[in-house]
Amino acid sequence: MGLRGLVRWFDERLQLGKPMKAVLEHPVPRQTASWFYVFGSAALTLFVLQLVTGILLALIYVPSAGEAWNVLHVLNRDVSAGWFIRALHGWGSNFMVAIVLIHMVQVFLFGAYKYPRELTWVVGVLLLLVTLGMAFTGQVLRFDQDAYWGLGIGASIASRVPAVGHAVVDLMLGGPIIAGATLSRFFALHVFVVPGLLIAFVAVHLVLVLKLGINEWPMPGRLVRRATYVQEYQQLAHEDGVPFVPNAVGKDIVFSGIVLLAVAACAFFIGPFGPGGQPDPTIIQVAPRPDFFFLWLYATLSYLPPSYETPVLLIGPALVVLGLIAVPFIAGEGEKSWKRRPLAVMAVILVAVGWASLTHLGLHTPWSPEMDAWSGQPIPDKYLEHRTALERQGALVFQLKQCRNCHALEDSGGKRGPPLDAVAVRLTRDQLIRQVIQGGGNMPAYGKNLSPPETTALVAYLETLRPKGEAPAQNASNAAARGSGP
Amino acid sequence: MTSPGETSRRGLLVRIGALFNLVAGVVLAVPIARYLLSPASRKRTRAYESWISLGAVDQFPAGETRLAIYRNPFHTPSDGDTAKVPCWVRHVDGNAFQVFAINCAHLGCPVRWFPQSNLFMCPCHGGAYYADGSRASGPPERGLFEYAWKVESGQLHIRAGELPTPGLTTLGVRRSRWA
Repeated sequence: MGLRGLVRWFDERLQLGKPMKAVLEHPVPRQTASWFYVFGSAALTLFVLQLVTGILLALIYVPSAGEAWNVLHVLNRDVSAGWFIRALHGWGSNFMVAIVLIHMVQVFLFGAYKYPRELTWVVGVLLLLVTLGMAFTGQVLRFDQDAYWGLGIGASIASRVPAVGHAVVDLMLGGPIIAGATLSRFFALHVFVVPGLLIAFVAVHLVLVLKLGINEWPMPGRLVRRATYVQEYQQLAHEDGVPFVPNAVGKDIVFSGIVLLAVAACAFFIGPFGPGGQPDPTIIQVAPRPDFFFLWLYATLSYLPPSYETPVLLIGPALVVLGLIAVPFIAGEGEKSWKRRPLAVMAVILVAVGWASLTHLGLHTPWSPEMDAWSGQPIPDKYLEHRTALERQGALVFQLKQCRNCHALEDSGGKRGPPLDAVAVRLTRDQLIRQVIQGGGNMPAYGKNLSPPETTALVAYLETLRPKGEAPAQNASNAAARGSGP
Repeated sequence: MTSPGETSRRGLLVRIGALFNLVAGVVLAVPIARYLLSPASRKRTRAYESWISLGAVDQFPAGETRLAIYRNPFHTPSDGDTAKVPCWVRHVDGNAFQVFAINCAHLGCPVRWFPQSNLFMCPCHGGAYYADGSRASGPPERGLFEYAWKVESGQLHIRAGELPTPGLTTLGVRRSRWA
């Protein structure tokens, strides 16, 4: 019995040959064999990569708060290619989120969510959510300082749920504090629950794509109408169509290969993510920061006025998800081409620019004090030259009272408060004293923490901070009273 | 054959089978639900808290604020270092103390004490607190969380056991602890 015979033997029993052939060769509109239509399959390819590398990591990983961090180092150092598998999984995750987002934008701009593909879009939204769920739970399994304090942030957000917040926190952490039970349950979520959902949603998503056919290339002026669309699509797919295999699948395969190679290249040349510092809560010299795809959220949380935070945190995500789900029900018919949908294009640009700006801010965290600036970043020389003894004493106060943690000089120091290179141009002596003593506008009051001589010296120093040739701030009413004003 | 309105043997069997499985489902669902909800069940949450010693009072010089570390009263074998919890102890003077949670009241990041400027600063979103734990600036809506404390036979004790989060205080339960 040759190979052909063996295949026939199996197919006689499984009877999968015919349906598989039908699936592979299902007709698709000719123009969909396009480089714009490769992102969905690339996302699926990345998911398979994540499954494989995830199982490989699970062979070694121990989901114990006491051991996980050490085991990550064993993976990085002692297991052959362990660092590479970790890197593949980490970079694969970033690529997967990125490709899923790109896929979503493409689908949105090409009007692919319109009748009859509403459900495909809705399942796609669910897939986006579980993909982000995988990214978040995965970042916890890399159990380091960022993961530990990230869980604290998650708990702080969850605790704001009215009435049941406390129970939600206990359930999320698996106990009263972030500890062993917390990591165990995030492991169960990351390895069993969320991937299970992901596989189920992917299956439904694919079935829908096969049943309803891939979206035809949008032509300006070719409108979607419920009454006629299915018939028109059948015409496009069957009369002017090509079989998915081999005509359209080629570009999918090439792109998936490119993406896999890109992941491998990042993994090889840049390496795995962390782990960062050890997850010991008593080491408090940390500046926790979330992974790349959650930086925008981190930035949002620092810019929201305090009173808006809880409603935005609790209602915002629900509104965004509902809004996304509603898209095909609001605009289920009509124009598909992005060339005639300026609102859709603007919405995408707006979201992209907003997201990119917040992510950029999240990378630079101008709202965080630089905790070591006062001890690690001396005042630049040129800000000390030609100063009197009193002014230099003030410079010392400026440094020692941690002013630098929030205020930069020549770009060194924290960005939480305004840079003070030219503060004397903006504020008069009286205003400086008032600001130092009473604080305000996001600055703590230093009245109780500075002695009068310290305040005098500090303000004398601050008054010297102005660029050459620029006049110091004047109190116009004083000048007017003296009769020398304008 | 059965006439309409009558139940066939087969139909009856299906119904009995369904009922049987329903009973089995309930029998299984109760322990499963209890298992899943156990971290938040009332009996458990009351047991989370207890008085813990932070050590001898003279470890905390009057007028200073020092980091103290305790082992969480509720812990499991897999906790490792995470069972350790830091907190800030401020010895005001005499027998007056303030014990602050390490967690910022905004989103729980660890605040650091700067004795030079008498401020607690948070590295995450820039919340700042004065020496007495009251809010100085930044996104936190309130001051630092405080533990209830007492001095007994020369030891400073605090009542602790749970991660303090902003929601806890708005609940009305356990208000005494995070006053």
